[in-house]
Amino acid sequence: MLIKLENIAKDYTDEGVRTTALRGITLTVEESEFVAIMGASGSGKSTLMHIIGFLDKKTSGRYFFDGENENDFDDAKLAQIRNQKIGFVFQAYNLLTRTSVLDNVLLPTIYTPHLDAKAADKKARQILEKLRLSHRVDHQPNQLSGGEQQRAAIARALINDPRLILADEPTGNLDSRSGQEVMETLQDLNEEGHTIVMVTHEKYVAECARRIITLKDGEMISDQKVLVRHVAKDGLIK
Amino acid sequence: MRFFQIIKNTKNNLSLNKTRTFLTMLGIIIGVAAVIAIVSVGAGAQELLLAQVKAMGSNLIGILPGASDDKGPPAAVFGIEVTTLKYDDALEIRKLPDIVAICAYVTGRGTVGYFNQNKELNYTGVLPEYLTVEDTAVAKGRFIKQEDNDNMARNAVLGSKAASDIFGQENPLEKQIKINQITFKVVGVMTERGASGLQNQDEQVFIPLKIAQKIMLGIDHVAFIRAKVDKEANIEPSIGRVKDLLRFRHRIKDASKDDFSVRSTAQALDILGSITQALKMFLAAVAAISLVVGGIGIMNIMFVTVSERTGEIGLRKAVGAKRKDILLQFLVESAVMTSFGGLIGVALGLLISAAIALGVNYFGYDWKLIVAPLSIFWAVFMAAGVGLVFGLWPANRASLMSPMEALRKQ
Repeated sequence: MLIKLENIAKDYTDEGVRTTALRGITLTVEESEFVAIMGASGSGKSTLMHIIGFLDKKTSGRYFFDGENENDFDDAKLAQIRNQKIGFVFQAYNLLTRTSVLDNVLLPTIYTPHLDAKAADKKARQILEKLRLSHRVDHQPNQLSGGEQQRAAIARALINDPRLILADEPTGNLDSRSGQEVMETLQDLNEEGHTIVMVTHEKYVAECARRIITLKDGEMISDQKVLVRHVAKDGLIK
Repeated sequence: MRFFQIIKNTKNNLSLNKTRTFLTMLGIIIGVAAVIAIVSVGAGAQELLLAQVKAMGSNLIGILPGASDDKGPPAAVFGIEVTTLKYDDALEIRKLPDIVAICAYVTGRGTVGYFNQNKELNYTGVLPEYLTVEDTAVAKGRFIKQEDNDNMARNAVLGSKAASDIFGQENPLEKQIKINQITFKVVGVMTERGASGLQNQDEQVFIPLKIAQKIMLGIDHVAFIRAKVDKEANIEPSIGRVKDLLRFRHRIKDASKDDFSVRSTAQALDILGSITQALKMFLAAVAAISLVVGGIGIMNIMFVTVSERTGEIGLRKAVGAKRKDILLQFLVESAVMTSFGGLIGVALGLLISAAIALGVNYFGYDWKLIVAPLSIFWAVFMAAGVGLVFGLWPANRASLMSPMEALRKQ
């Protein structure tokens, strides 16, 4: 069991107004799963993913990651987990501008202690090759297409061999052709054994995963296996 | 994060946005350069003024019209014309014991012409003993004689630069020149004295005192009198005797009602020293203000920069940066910018100071380039301090946010 959430709740206080984003979410994610979290905007799906990825803190409940209780983690430990156990893919790619694709992929390694820089460089190039970005190594993000930028962001997520890949609307900013490429990449990674949790509001994107969790108003309303799974490799998702 | 990684990162981050980096450094550059240049100008001006008084020579007593206390400057310094001092006063002072030479002065400005050459120059009406009093000599011809004064002879002696400006290679002796349309005969040329002080003595034209008074200016008072005493020990007693004499001649019974003031060069130096010290303090205050303004500039750009980069901070935290990694990054970036900006500022400040010195010297003054090491220290220290504090403060705020909060600020 990689992820175990027990009764997770999250409240925000924004300028004195209190909003509840999550009301008691309980779920588990096993290793090598590919889970899509669905829901309308405001359903709390992004908040849930941020809590899973330690980008945000829960208000109450218990969260076990890789067998450890999140309540025991201090800031340094959280940073270490984000660095070495989790890879993030954001909707807006979040690549550093005017920085080469290679340096973007290597960004997490800056914060990895006792790292062999040469080995990391070699590994980054291997990952980029696998994601068909070899010809883009020294290019800057603005010279890349959206799909290429998102695959560069996936390469960045992979650089430290994370236990979990978190993707927040990875196809949200892409046309269907590029979106298909990105989903193909994620499916390949899942085939290789990577655990992926993805947030999306598009049904056909969610159906690339193996399991769909649906949220509404901060509550989980369904948790189903995907029966007819889309295989991105076989053609455009529609 | 290893050391070379930090350096590489810093280099990348600073070169990424050259305009932003330059603007940040500009505040520091201007602040530092302004402080160094202003302080240098203050020190240079002080040196120049003091050098002028020193150049008057030693063992001198100055007699100025108008009363003044022992500390403050006389009214004449502020351009107020007081007419209480006369030519005859000078003649009587000359008769006192221990006085070896005397000169009374009046000054004016006029057009000096020779054929079609015209030049705006200062002329000074003097007495023959000017040479002894001012410790100078003529290079060619002769100086103003007592007969010139008594007979109202229209003879003139040119300062070395005035001579070369008007006559070039030509020999000026025995030539006719016109000063404000009045014809004079050149009887001598002064030796070069070197420019020192606010009035370039080499650009003067010297004429007999009485001519200057009656024909050129239409006055019967003198601007000031200088008397040379035989030795230093006799200065104080001589001052007392001059005061007694003038009180007697001007019928003054109460010393507090004096219509003149008498000072030695040493006293004049003291007074000028305190005036120029005030000037220096004033300039230092201006420099301090420019430092504060520069500091606010640095502060603003740092705030904007870090706010702009909150998203980047969020991303870095999301991929595993600890708070101290973020702080270190901004600390090193600020430190590099402030130290480079500081260095450029120091160089620019020195350059401006040197340019001012060069420019002023070009006009014939002996302006010394003085740079106080302390001003460099304070300028750099303040600018670097402000840069570091205001580089780190917003970065610290951003580093305390959760990664998600910071990412949303993008």
